[in-house]
Parts: sequence; structure tokens; C-alpha cells
Amino acid sequence: MADDVEELSMARAVDERSMRRVGLAGHPYSSLFLPVPIVCFVGALLTDLAYANSEGNLQYLNFSSWLLTAGLIFCVVAGLLMIIDLARLPQLRTRFGWGAFGLLVIAAIVELINALVHARDGWTAVVPAGLALSVIGSVLIMSYGWLWHESRYGVEVQA
Amino acid sequence: MTRRLIPAVATLALAACGSQPNIDPSQQVGPNPVLPKPGEELIAAVGVPKVVGWKPGETPAVPRGFHIEALATGLSNPRNVLALPNGDVLVVESQRVGSEPVDRPKDPIRDFIMSLAHGGGGATETNGAAGGPPQRITLLRDADGDGKAEARSVLVDHLNSPFGVVVVGNDLYVANTDGIIRYPFTPGQTQISAPGQKVIDLPGGLIDHHWTKSLTASPDGTKLYAGVGSNSNVQERGPEAETNRAAIWEIDPKTGASRVFASGLRNPNGLTFYPGSNTLWTVVNERDELGSSLVPDYMTSVRPGAFYGWPYSYYGQHVDPRVRPQRPDLVAKAIPPDYALSSHVAPLGLAFYTGSSFPALFKGGAFVGEHGSWNRTSYNGYKVVFIRFAGGKPVGAPSTFVNGFLKPNGEARGRPVGVAIDRTGALLIADDVGNTVWRVSYGSGPAPAKPKA
Repeated sequence: MADDVEELSMARAVDERSMRRVGLAGHPYSSLFLPVPIVCFVGALLTDLAYANSEGNLQYLNFSSWLLTAGLIFCVVAGLLMIIDLARLPQLRTRFGWGAFGLLVIAAIVELINALVHARDGWTAVVPAGLALSVIGSVLIMSYGWLWHESRYGVEVQA
Repeated sequence: MTRRLIPAVATLALAACGSQPNIDPSQQVGPNPVLPKPGEELIAAVGVPKVVGWKPGETPAVPRGFHIEALATGLSNPRNVLALPNGDVLVVESQRVGSEPVDRPKDPIRDFIMSLAHGGGGATETNGAAGGPPQRITLLRDADGDGKAEARSVLVDHLNSPFGVVVVGNDLYVANTDGIIRYPFTPGQTQISAPGQKVIDLPGGLIDHHWTKSLTASPDGTKLYAGVGSNSNVQERGPEAETNRAAIWEIDPKTGASRVFASGLRNPNGLTFYPGSNTLWTVVNERDELGSSLVPDYMTSVRPGAFYGWPYSYYGQHVDPRVRPQRPDLVAKAIPPDYALSSHVAPLGLAFYTGSSFPALFKGGAFVGEHGSWNRTSYNGYKVVFIRFAGGKPVGAPSTFVNGFLKPNGEARGRPVGVAIDRTGALLIADDVGNTVWRVSYGSGPAPAKPKA
């Protein structure tokens, strides 16, 4: 028993010595910005709910408008980096990787429409269309995050 | 999943767009305009003409029998005109200074579109030490009555975005965007060197969305009336920003005491008493972004103490869905205005015909300067219309009186703003984009008293 443990730690030591970091430049660049649209769009959903529950306190509408704008900008940033990543890292070119990219594009389109709805003056900027689009956009952008992580960390096991 | 979502989203977006039937502007004039259901477009309708200015020899078009020529050209954003009994004409050269604070990403975009409609002003001149565009009142004198001003002087300079101006006895009152100033003024004077005295502060401030403060005096000269436009389209800057705005103020010029004379008027301009009466009239710019055919701008007599709806409702009790919290108590009090001018024409000037040189049907009728739309896909306004009056009330549909500010290809040579009737009974029009004051007279040419050699 004691021997086994010693053997295992020996093996690990050997492994660590023989390994070097190869992935420093091999990370997907898009990982840096991937969470930003998720944070922004889910944040906009929360501020939309706050607006709808405040009888029209306009600061929440202003929050939502800026969050949607920032989210859209970072959709573009993350999307461009994702294209570069997909081109350069073959292991990402799975159905999950492509699916994540597709979801990002669809989420961006939905939230662009949402940003236009949010540009209205007052209540109808949020209730009902803006809030509904925020729900749909949030689901899409979270699904995108999920699939992108799946494409990188998902492990296939024998059923 | 995504395949099913796309049509769902598309449907929702379309539903959100709303669709408004195209309503001809002619159905939206008079006491009972056709009002479609509010339809907020996904991208608010915008139509801004390219500003090209007037080429030498070009003038607006007037009906047969009338004659139009420039009383003065080369002005800097002339917004308003006041004709004095001695024949002198005061021209208010003015524009807003600075831009509104940015609350939302939409704000700078809207400001940019509105600046396009002014073509960058066309005024490169600045007023020297203070920098920025001229903010002054220029006096024009056409002593020989030939319809061209041969003398021009700066009556008062270094004002703060002035618009309204009125003379009562030996006092000249100027409505700056942030207050009313009184200057000692003897008609005939061409320059005022005495410092102005503040009569009262008016709501200006950082936002100052509708900055033009219209001004007139009661027929007996004891009261002033100032139009104070709203600070937003429909209260999207919050209710606090609208304190005492969207209202006409009544001011005692002696004591500076004031009260709100009427409210719920989004952007009231052209304040004028109907000749021979104590009835105040105004033209009002109604709200935007409910579609190309909502809400019609209007002309109305102003009932003391009345509430005209803004922001909670329009045309009486049509509730605006955008304003929260709603105020059913105020909506119940809202009264409809007298006379619609059709949607987004942007009326900024109003003058009743008090002269006698035009044909008889003009007597007592109203000229309205329509600055022209920018919240609509097809242009509306960009002309001076005439509305006949009988028994002190508007009759029939407005007829186009001065046209041609917009070229057939949609380029803007000018945009009419303030209007006035001069001593000879001619109509004066301030054209802030064409940088001209136009004079419309009846008959083949200038006043016959002093024919040109």
C-alpha cells in the first residue's frame, strides 16, 4: 500500500518533469470576452424587470439601454475572435463549437432588435416587447456560453 | 431549438413594430383630425432634407398676385421677426448652445440627426469675444419702403439663445432661453447700450430640450406670456425635469410674479393675442415616435388654467402608452385643442393678419410658419400656411401660402420659422436655414407709395 503511493507520486513527478506548457498561445482568444455579452444581456433582463416593477423609474431603462449596447459591442468582439479561433484550433471545430458561434449570432440579432425597442421613450420600450426580447436573448446567450464550454471541456464517455 | 426560435423572434419583432395606415396630411387638419392607433416603429421614422440654401435669384413661391423678395439676407439663423409700428423690423438671430446630456445611447444619435436638418447652420460667423454663433437681435430699416432693408444694425448682442421678443411702450422684452430681460428702448433707436434688467428666470438648464421661449404681451401691456416647452419628447427625462415646463407662463413684468397660465402644451410657440380680443393663441409641437401620422401639431386658443394633455394624453384624452405612472385624474381634465395642422409640421410661428393690403379674405386669418418634419418618412410642413378665420375662429382647411422651401428632389433651401405682419401689411418670414427674412406683399411689386426710379 505504502509502495503504491510512493510509486504513484514518483510517476507524477516524472510526468511533471517531462511536461511543458504548450497551450499558452493555444487558448481560444474568444474566451477572454466570451462572458461579457452574457453578463450584459442577463443584466439587461434584470434591469428590465426592475423597470417593469418600478412603475417606470427611468434609471432602469437607461441601465438596460447601455447594457444592451455594451453587450452588442462585445458580441462583435467575441464573434470575431471566435472566427479566428475556429480557423486556427481544429479541436474547436465540433458541432458544439459551430453551434456556439451560431447562437452568438442569433443572440446578437435578437438583442439588436431589443436595443431598438429599448430606444423608445418610456414604458413601451420595455413592456411587453423589450422584456420578452430580453428573456429570449438571455436564454440564447447563456446557451451560447454553455455550448462553447462544452466544445472545449466536454468529455465523451463510453455509454 | 434555434430553428424554431427564429420565426418566433421575427414574429415578435414585427408585432412590436406596429403598422400604421398611411394617412394623408389633409385628413389631419381642422378641428377633428383623423387619429390612427399609435404605432411605434422599430426604427423611428426619420426624414431629414439635405440643406442646400438659396441660390441667387431663387425665392420661395407665393400665390398669384403676391410678390416675394428678401428683406435681408446673410443673417445668421434668423428665428423670429417682430415688426414695429414705425416700420423697423427686429430679427432674432439665435440657436441653441451646447448639446443635451447623454442619458441613453439614443441621445447623441438623435442630436446628430437634428443637426443635419440644420445643415450645420450655414453660419460660420461668430460673435467674437464670446465665441459661438451670434445670439442677438438685429434691427432692419426699410425707410423708403421698397421692400429691401437699406440699414441694418445690431440692436442687442450677446444674448442667451433668445427667441421671443415684444415691445411694450418704451420697454423691449427679450425671452432668452433661461429668462426674460427688459431693455429700455425708444422706437427709432438702432442700438441699445443700456444693460438689460432681469424680469424673471425661465426654465433653462442642462437639458433644455425645447429651448425656444416664445413671448408676447397682453393687449393692455400689463402681463407677459411666455411659452416654455417640455424638456423631452414624452417625459423620458423623468418628471422632475418637467417642472413648470410644457406650459405657458403669465408674468407680471413689474413685480416678476408669475403663474402657470395653461399646461400640458408640449412645445408652445407663436404666442399671439387674437386682434381686438383678450384671447391668447399658440401653435404647439406635439409628440414624436408614435408613427408618421401621430400626433398632429396644432393651433389653439389658450383657455386660462386649462390642461392640454402632455405627457399623459394627446388630443384630449387619447392616453399615451409610454408614460408611467399614468395619471387618469389629469387625463380626465385634458381638453382637445382647437385646430390640427397635421403631423410633425413643426409650427413655430403664428401671426394674425392685421394689415389691409392683402385681399379681404385674409383679414383676421392666421399665418403659420411650419419649420418642417424630421420624424416622418415623407416630409410635411416646410411652408407657411394660411388659415381663414371667421368670428375669431378658424374656418376650413389650411392653404399653402408660401412654398418652395423644399425642392422637388427633397433638398431644403430654407425653413420658415417666425412670421409677422409689417406696417404695410406685408408678411415677414424668418428663414433660419436660408438665413433670410422674406417679405410677401400683395400686388405686382413693392409698396406704391415710393416707386423705384
